[in-house]
Amino acid sequence: MAVTSETQVGPVVPAAATGRRPRAGAQASGRRSRPLTAYLFLAPYLVLFLGFIIAPAVFGIWISLHDYDFVLPYKPWVGLDNYVALFTPGSRDFGDFWQSMGATGIFTGLSVPCLVVIPLVVAVLLNRKFPGRTFFRAVFFLPYVLGVAVIGLLFRYILDPNVGVVNYFLGRSIPWTTDLPWVWISLVGMTVWWTLGFNATIYLAGLTDIPRELYEAAEVDGASKGQQFRNVTLPGLRPVLVFVVTTTILASANMFGQYLLLTKGAPGTSTRTAIGYIATEGLSSFRMGAASAMSYVLAVFLLLISLISFRLFRDRQDA
Amino acid sequence: MTTTAPQGTSTAVQPAGETPAPRRQGHGARSSPLSRVAFVVVLVLLTAVFVGPLLWMFLTSFKTAEGATSIPPSLLPHPATGDGYRPLLDTSSQTPVIRWFVNSLLAGVANAVLVTVTAALAAYALARLDFPGKRLVFGMIIATLFVPGFVFLIPNYLFVNGLGWLDTLWAVIVPSAGGAFGVFFLRQFFSSLPMELEEAAEIDGANRWQTFIRIVLPLSKPGLATLLVLSFLTNYNDFLWPVFVLFSPGTLTLPAGLSILQGAFTINYPVVMAGAVIASVPAIVLFILAQRNIVEGVARSGLKG
Repeated sequence: MAVTSETQVGPVVPAAATGRRPRAGAQASGRRSRPLTAYLFLAPYLVLFLGFIIAPAVFGIWISLHDYDFVLPYKPWVGLDNYVALFTPGSRDFGDFWQSMGATGIFTGLSVPCLVVIPLVVAVLLNRKFPGRTFFRAVFFLPYVLGVAVIGLLFRYILDPNVGVVNYFLGRSIPWTTDLPWVWISLVGMTVWWTLGFNATIYLAGLTDIPRELYEAAEVDGASKGQQFRNVTLPGLRPVLVFVVTTTILASANMFGQYLLLTKGAPGTSTRTAIGYIATEGLSSFRMGAASAMSYVLAVFLLLISLISFRLFRDRQDA
Repeated sequence: MTTTAPQGTSTAVQPAGETPAPRRQGHGARSSPLSRVAFVVVLVLLTAVFVGPLLWMFLTSFKTAEGATSIPPSLLPHPATGDGYRPLLDTSSQTPVIRWFVNSLLAGVANAVLVTVTAALAAYALARLDFPGKRLVFGMIIATLFVPGFVFLIPNYLFVNGLGWLDTLWAVIVPSAGGAFGVFFLRQFFSSLPMELEEAAEIDGANRWQTFIRIVLPLSKPGLATLLVLSFLTNYNDFLWPVFVLFSPGTLTLPAGLSILQGAFTINYPVVMAGAVIASVPAIVLFILAQRNIVEGVARSGLKG
């Protein structure tokens, strides 16, 4: 790495050789350096962090309090008007924004159960010992390393209503990319195919952590496979399950590329997601004040939903 | 998600992932022949579902425009042709995929190096040094892990515009390096290293910088490699941001370019699939080379999230 060359080359220590006395003040070594050293280590990252994470998070609120049009020189202060408008029926954004929020909601509601359950089944399947297990794990993970752009183009082709191979096999002409309810099936199916391996990998890591003794004990007690799954596997996976549910909700709520590449919102704007509406209003129409307000409303929604999902799972754990 | 952390740490998930230990060996041997057949059938079907579309993409990219849309579809391209790739290799066309390919690799590598270098420095300070405000800094970094990325979209667009970076690769290289994941990931990694070597080096008079470069970094190669690979892939595949901050044909990255390609060749599927194939190659090659890093990085992020 480039940084190494900047080292003041001194007589650097062949470390290990020195006798390893048990030192009483082991943690003291963490305290001896001057704060300045620590700040120097932190500085490069902090510049990026403050500049592109903290500052924009704050600046975004400021933008949302203005009638902030990128191309107009005058950006008047409007207070909370942008937020109020989002909750006022008949305002410019009310209908479109809540339609897009609804689309995000439909997509999240449909895809999260699939992405929680199907990867779990695959993970349990792959947790058995069989020849080529590593290969199959790789196969199911493979789509995840490809970007949404590749996946979108590919599915646009195989789901093409006229020449697509899916309709050929089904012997029908289903409007996968243009009509309800098929568009939702396409978007969810494509997303499951794409990201299943991610969740399955997390489940697999969780499964290998469940002590085998628990299964043996359950077997001695005469528990069936199904009972073992219910009473050993699921409880053992609970922390992993909470993580999977929460991250999948957030990822689904961030859906953007799939609809842009596969349906372009069709039919009409019914599959345009909240992120899609925010991005087009803010960065194509340059109505940045309104779009910023929308992004904060969506963020608060997501925060509430992840809190609720966490609560639900934790409560079930106590029961 | 913040709240998942105490959960994850309280259970014994730490040692995960090092070797995927074959725990339930008895399992397969005991099952009946029938269930074993069912298992194999399910496995083969699933594999076909996962590999099939990718194979179809590859084969289609060598078909003629008519061959790609014929009913019934033919599996193999006949005649096989490279015509689909031709308009993509011409750098003066409106769809210079080869140019986007180079842009994507450049941006991905630059971003991965920037992320890894800055995160390693910061993570070392957070894992091993004490300084006033440490808890505040770490708390802020962790808190932003849970702020959804779209919140930064519009303000960062304005920042990038102010810096004169719109429609340049800087826009896709620099801002995302502010993300907290790398610091969080490497801090975990550094904290898990044994202290003895670092202490020995310090007794022998090495300063912090020397300890970091000569002891900590070499011990952390697997973690650094994982972060490099994951950062590259994330950047290489990023879609939402480049679609809006890059616009001239010469500066696009692949994901942004592919959506244009789809519009430009709506009916010419071999060209579109050829573009998708070109975009897939680096990701697939990297996956084959660094599968362990990628899969373990993902597994670990899940367990410690």
